[in-house]
Amino acid sequence: MKHFTRLFVALDETTKTTEKVTAMSEYFSTCTPADGAWTVYLLTGRKLRQLVPTARLAECVKEQAGLSDWLFGESYDAVGDLAETIALLLPPPTNNSDVPLREWVEDRLMPLRSKPEAEQKQLLVKYWNELSTSERLVMNKIITGSFRIGVSQLLVVKALSKTSGVDEPTIAHRLMGDWSPTEEFFTGLFSSDTQDADASRPYPFYLAYPLEQEPEALGEISDWLAEWKWDGIRSQLIRREGKTFIWSRGEELISERFPELMEAAEQLPDGTVIDGEILAWAEGEVLPFNLLQKRITRKSLSKKLLQEIPVALMAYDILEHNGIDVRSQPMSQRRKMLVQLLTPGALDAAPSCRGQMNPIFRVSPSLMVATWDELAESRTNSRDLKVEGIMLKRADSAYGVGRRKGDWWKWKVNPFSIDAVLIYAQRGHGKRASLYTDYTFGVWHDGKLVPVAKAYSGLDDAEIRQVDAFIRQNTLEKFGPVRTVKPELVFEIAFEGIQHSPRHKSGVAVRFPRIARWRTDKPMQEADSLETLSSLINGGSSQ
Amino acid sequence: MSKLIYATDKGLYCEAGDFYIDPWRPVERAIVTHAHSDHARWGSNKYLCAEPGAKVLRHRIGQEAPIESVPYGQKLTLNDTTVSFHPAGHILGSSQIRVERKGEVWAVSGDYKLDPDPTCAPYEPVRCHTFITESTFGLPIYAWQSNDELFTDINAWWEKNKRDGKTSLLLAYALGKAQRLLKGVDTSIGPIYTHGAVESLNQVYLSSGVALPETARLSSMTRGTKFAGALVLAPPSAYGTPWQRQLNPVSAAFASGWMRVRGIRRRRSLDKGFPVSDHCDWQSLLKAIHLTGAENILVTHGYSQILVRYLQDQGLNAGTLSTQYEGEEETSAAEETSTDPDFKPAGDAAFGDVRDSADETETADYKIEVQE
Repeated sequence: MKHFTRLFVALDETTKTTEKVTAMSEYFSTCTPADGAWTVYLLTGRKLRQLVPTARLAECVKEQAGLSDWLFGESYDAVGDLAETIALLLPPPTNNSDVPLREWVEDRLMPLRSKPEAEQKQLLVKYWNELSTSERLVMNKIITGSFRIGVSQLLVVKALSKTSGVDEPTIAHRLMGDWSPTEEFFTGLFSSDTQDADASRPYPFYLAYPLEQEPEALGEISDWLAEWKWDGIRSQLIRREGKTFIWSRGEELISERFPELMEAAEQLPDGTVIDGEILAWAEGEVLPFNLLQKRITRKSLSKKLLQEIPVALMAYDILEHNGIDVRSQPMSQRRKMLVQLLTPGALDAAPSCRGQMNPIFRVSPSLMVATWDELAESRTNSRDLKVEGIMLKRADSAYGVGRRKGDWWKWKVNPFSIDAVLIYAQRGHGKRASLYTDYTFGVWHDGKLVPVAKAYSGLDDAEIRQVDAFIRQNTLEKFGPVRTVKPELVFEIAFEGIQHSPRHKSGVAVRFPRIARWRTDKPMQEADSLETLSSLINGGSSQ
Repeated sequence: MSKLIYATDKGLYCEAGDFYIDPWRPVERAIVTHAHSDHARWGSNKYLCAEPGAKVLRHRIGQEAPIESVPYGQKLTLNDTTVSFHPAGHILGSSQIRVERKGEVWAVSGDYKLDPDPTCAPYEPVRCHTFITESTFGLPIYAWQSNDELFTDINAWWEKNKRDGKTSLLLAYALGKAQRLLKGVDTSIGPIYTHGAVESLNQVYLSSGVALPETARLSSMTRGTKFAGALVLAPPSAYGTPWQRQLNPVSAAFASGWMRVRGIRRRRSLDKGFPVSDHCDWQSLLKAIHLTGAENILVTHGYSQILVRYLQDQGLNAGTLSTQYEGEEETSAAEETSTDPDFKPAGDAAFGDVRDSADETETADYKIEVQE
């Protein structure tokens, strides 16, 4: 428990991923396999069913610390986390033990669930009395099943890979699905025989550069393939040896999040790797990105959620075909293979010859345009189609590795923008911790300014200093770290998308807001209104 | 007959003695419990403090300030009252003010702690009828560890950083906390440097007769000096400023009672926090209140409502008293100016001189009222 608690504290004390990986890697290289297995289990967010009801835990600590209900309640409010509140309220321990994590979990905590109430309480008190404050926090978190400490599965994978020398995709593969935190499981993670994982291994993603010049500079349009830039989750779908794997661009296995894609993929021949975008998709239309996010972030995928948020794979490339790596073939060739595979017969003359492939797989359509002007014209429809703009891929390009300039370009639509008034300010972080750099902006509604966006970036250092000075001299009120600022300064706020949001006071939520420029030329009366902003929701024009 | 001490818009006033205790506006006679900026403000005509704290107070409110001091325990007659200073254990020279009129005794404790601190005289309970106490950490979740445990943790952190080739930046109040930490750390680990705001107070402590380990002012070092392995003491407001860059690679830790709660540390995006305070934790507050034998307890800054309710549950006569004292601030820059008189921003500093102005300590005026 001490070893694991030290790891917990080390992970909690840094926001730097490299330090987190180092801390985990050091731990994994010295822990017993049995403790390692439980550590991986807990760090990857798997949890035990609540072992003791929270009300009973609270009751127990109240008795131990001699606290009334209201005083416990006030303490809980101040801390905001039950496991921690309990750890802080308990009287200091009188014993000291160093029982291994495995024994704690398997022999001490898990059996609590089936014990009668009196015995549960008696054991809790005995256990707490052996532990320091941070060890108690860990114990309580295991009991309440709320073990979140800012470590993603991806980081755990990196650390295990660093410890063992086994490559990351193999480790990620081995952490998939159901497994039990046993010694054998942990030893198996480090096995250097990677055959088990070979089938799941993705190719590195090829990434596009933003187009910074006019597209004419790219030469003849006939040398290029154009398609929409979809706003979803970039993914590789792998079908090998009768199994399917879906990887996100973050090289995380996300297969389990998309059971309908897994099912449909059974129709694909072995030796197929498709690159595309997973989209929330219904009735021939892209649904907002935040719906797709629910499919990733929700702990469990209910039937209801699967029905409410159907998905499709918008395929735009094929990397492996009939078991052969085809990445070096020209884009135009690969595209033909892809079309042939997913819409068999589509390239033949007669539509009647077309085969049946699950419509969940779609091929991202090519934009049939003859001139750059026509393409630019099409691009103006992006917002209506809920796409981010256009992708340009050189017809003879191979599928590269990483982000390279030259063959793939993304030509995004200009962001939306509005003029809004600075109304609240907060200090920044890091090197800007002593300056007011975090701003909230409002737009007009019924003669008042309602907050619509928070933005942290976009001004240069000189401007930040000026705005900071203005804020200090024009503070109307302070609420904790937040200052209400005299409304006066107008800024142009750019953002990528806008949606209805009942959770926001204004009724709208904007995506990726940032400061485009300081409109020193505009009086605040001329800032935009909430009505103007709302009108952008349904594909309104961007300026 | 009016209460012996009550709150006015200028501060806590004793009419029978015609003096204020820790006034927040200029007055004729100010009795000062200790030199922290929310208790010792500039501009009054006469100041009175405990002798050990005179130099510190002078440093804070000006060399020309009309300050008189008396030894702890010595009784003074001020109009109809008898006044004496008693150690509060908070920082050097910190006092509780005992005020007596015709057998009725009040004690104003200012800020205080019961835990041992080698840089100041230990807290001494004052028997009284009415006790005015702060409640900065007036919740049972606040329980300080012993000095031994604390310094074991700090030393281990410093040693680890040294092994990793990092500078250890320990952020603490320049007055009191910094000296207490300095006196407790294991000086054999490495050299100790100070931010100017800390160093100038170290000098005041030294000249007041408090022995401290040797330190060097960071800004007096030649350009290019490497600080890896060293401990640097600085006020919290230095955190994240261009000043800090010369310490890279650095591990920063904040020494404050608030660091006891994980969420508070994380909201401030600090890596490391050492829960240490010059204020009482919950148990100390209760113990101190008990030791005074007071039947009336007036609670000032902090979790006052909670402490009052708890004391009332215990059958005591308790109420809150609104003041402008701030206790230990949760936000980094709010407590005191961190001006390092020697620090000149380097030419390439992106933000030039961004050290905090004193505006953080000036709280907007508001009505003072006694709620009981």
